[in-house]
Amino acid sequence: MSLIGRHLIDPNDFSLEELNKVFNLADKMIEDRGAYSSICKGKILGTLFYEPSTRTRLSFESAMLRMGGSVLGFSDASTSSVSKGESIADTIRVLSTYADVVVMRHPKEGAPKVASEYSSVPVINGGDGGHQHPTQTLTDLLTIRRYKGKLENLTIAFCGDLKFGRTVHSLISSMSRYQGSSFVLISPAELKLPENLKASLTEKYNINIYETESLEDVINQVDVLYMTRIQRERFFNEADYIRLKDSYILNRSKLRNAREDMLVMHPLPRVNEISYDVDDDKRAVYFKQAEYGIYVRMALMATLLGVDVNVNGK
Amino acid sequence: MLTVNSINYGIVIDHITAGNGIKIFEKLKLGEVNFPVVLLINVSSSKHGRKDIIKIENKIDVDLTMLGLIDPDITVNIIENNKIVNKMNISIPKEVQGLFKCKNPRCVSNFDEYVSPKFRLARSNGKIYYRCSYCEELTSYSI
Repeated sequence: MSLIGRHLIDPNDFSLEELNKVFNLADKMIEDRGAYSSICKGKILGTLFYEPSTRTRLSFESAMLRMGGSVLGFSDASTSSVSKGESIADTIRVLSTYADVVVMRHPKEGAPKVASEYSSVPVINGGDGGHQHPTQTLTDLLTIRRYKGKLENLTIAFCGDLKFGRTVHSLISSMSRYQGSSFVLISPAELKLPENLKASLTEKYNINIYETESLEDVINQVDVLYMTRIQRERFFNEADYIRLKDSYILNRSKLRNAREDMLVMHPLPRVNEISYDVDDDKRAVYFKQAEYGIYVRMALMATLLGVDVNVNGK
Repeated sequence: MLTVNSINYGIVIDHITAGNGIKIFEKLKLGEVNFPVVLLINVSSSKHGRKDIIKIENKIDVDLTMLGLIDPDITVNIIENNKIVNKMNISIPKEVQGLFKCKNPRCVSNFDEYVSPKFRLARSNGKIYYRCSYCEELTSYSI
């Protein structure tokens, strides 16, 4: 099935082959960004941000501008007609006539799916509450693929808040589709991966999951360490937070036991879960990960729009 | 023993689990109609011991999805000239729209009046749930 005109609401909306197509284009764009600087000339990205998100919004805007397209939209629901109680269906019916592709962030879970049912142009989910954030997942997958050269037969460790972290839920669901994936889940008992997600993944895919509370015990066994922030308010009491918070901070001394080619990833923004002394380590790829986010969004939008990506005979 | 005449034309909802008859009677708003309706409760049944039956002397639109949610074992018989012309076995519906709410308070279907909650049948740990088509949360239903 062609990707032209499709929506991206859930990272698993695309088959592995379709994802590869987007990643292959992103790779080419990374190699020669300039060659793609006008492929979206005359195209408009609509940014419908019902809640603030500087990073995701700017990343999308940058991606479209770097391809020669234009951007319009709102970044605060209070300035749009939604504050007057307009339904998502009505908003998207009108705004999808103003743009060629739309990205929506919304605090309510499932809102971009609703938009996709009434939109005349592709809708990309830019994050819906605690549910999905598919372009972050695409960014994560592209980063792993570029550094490891593959997405199969990898052991990925997730560390921190695995209960509420949507980036974790999305990435583990996507990585489960690749052959030979193993997961190490490192979190305090209060913030473990939800049981129903774990059960549905193990029922559906042939994956291994190992759960532990100790980062140090497993850091030497993994290919990728995906760090997330632990928020104080997620803990039942202050004593537990103080007791546990340092266990989930990655620093240079903990990294000493890790494999030479392990990747340290983080969806950003970080607070203190990765010490600054890790930034210079060659295994720390989280800033590169953020940069790849622009290219994967460029490749995604170009693909959904169906623009000509055969530049300079490439 | 209590006897009720068979109907010549209409609908018989049979094999209702004892206790569910009144729920179906209310959901179909049969108390508001102007044609004969009989609700029989605790009738002897060789299969279930006790069952409820509803006889409606008219043809009305019956929401089979809603009946399946209340009681997937019932049968709906369409009667014409004293004979059953159509017998429908109800089952648990695979898809449901607008009959109950998503339990996730953050789900868009609980917030946007335009959105009618939609669900797909799902099983988890041997139990039956419905997965919200918008937020994917599992909801157990009760009607």
